Amino acid sequence: MKYLKFILVGVFFGIVLVKSEAVSWYRIYEMFRFQSFHMYGIIGTAIASGILFLQLSKRGLIKSDEGADIYVPKKDRGMYRYIIGGTIFGFGWALIGACPGPMYVLIGTGVYSMLIVLLAATFGTFIYGVLKDKLPH
Amino acid sequence: MDFILNPWPWYVSGPLIAFVMALLLYFGKTFGMSSNLRTFCAIGGAGKYANFFKIRWRDYLWSLLVVLGAVVGGFIAVQFLSNGSTSAINPTTVAELNTLGFDNVGQTLVPDEIYALENLSSLKGLALLIIGGMLVGFGTRYAGGCTSGHAITGLSSLQRPSLVAVIGFFIGGLIMTNFLLPLIF
Repeated sequence: MKYLKFILVGVFFGIVLVKSEAVSWYRIYEMFRFQSFHMYGIIGTAIASGILFLQLSKRGLIKSDEGADIYVPKKDRGMYRYIIGGTIFGFGWALIGACPGPMYVLIGTGVYSMLIVLLAATFGTFIYGVLKDKLPH
Repeated sequence: MDFILNPWPWYVSGPLIAFVMALLLYFGKTFGMSSNLRTFCAIGGAGKYANFFKIRWRDYLWSLLVVLGAVVGGFIAVQFLSNGSTSAINPTTVAELNTLGFDNVGQTLVPDEIYALENLSSLKGLALLIIGGMLVGFGTRYAGGCTSGHAITGLSSLQRPSLVAVIGFFIGGLIMTNFLLPLIF
C-alpha cells in the first residue's frame, strides 16, 4: 500500500494526460501558434485549481495523510538559470512536443521512438550535472 | 460512456491535473516529472562524474513508481478509454501543418513525420529526436523543473522563479514553433 498509491497516482496522471490531449504534439504546436485555447485552458484551470488547493492548505483546512502541513519546497533564488534553462527547455518542448511527463505516458501509448527521446533527455540531464558549477545560475 | 471515450475538455482536464499535484502533496511528496531524469542518471552511476548525481536513488523510488504508473496509464487510456476520435485541431493549424509536410494532423497523438520507427534509420529523423530530448533534459534540470514542477506546482504556489521559468518555456517554444520548425520541415 505504501507504494501502490504512487503507481495509482501515475496511472491516473497518464490517463488524464492522454484524454486531455496534453500529450499531443499537435496541441503543443497549436498552443505556440496561438491558434487554440485548449492548452491555455488546461494550464490555466490547473493553476487556478492548484492555487485554491494550496490556499486552503495554507489556512490549515487540508493536511497531509500524516496530519502534517502541506508543504511546497521553495525554488532557489536566481534569474539566469530560470530564463536560460527555461528557454532551452522550450526549444525542446516545441520540437518534440513532449515534456518529461508526457514522454513516459507516450511510451505507454505505443510511441516507441520516445525511448530514444527519453534516453537523450537523460543524457541532457547528465550534461547539466557535469557542467553545473560552470553555468550561471 | 461517450464523455469518457471522447477527448476530455480543458475545463475537466486542468483541474484533474491539479488533483494529481494535490494527491502527491497530500502524500508528502511533490509533483515534478523531470527529477526522474536525474534519478535515472544516479542509478546509471553518474555519481562518479558529478556530485549532482550523488543522491540515494531509493529516496526517489516513489517517483519512479509514478513514472511506471504513467506508462501504464497511457496504455490504458488508448487501449480501453478511447474510441479513435480525432483531435479537434484548429483547421488553420491543420492547413499550416499540411504545407509543412505533415499529413493526418490530429488523427494520432504524435506525428509519424517525427515519431514513425522508420525515422530512426535516417540521420535527420534520429537527430531530431536526440536533439529534442537533450534540449528538454538539459533545459529542465538547468531551470530546476518542467511543466509539472514550474508551470503547475510553482505557479500554483505563487513562486516568482517559476514564473520566470515559464516565460522562458514560452520564449523557447515560440521561437522553435514560429521560426525554426518551418526551416526544419
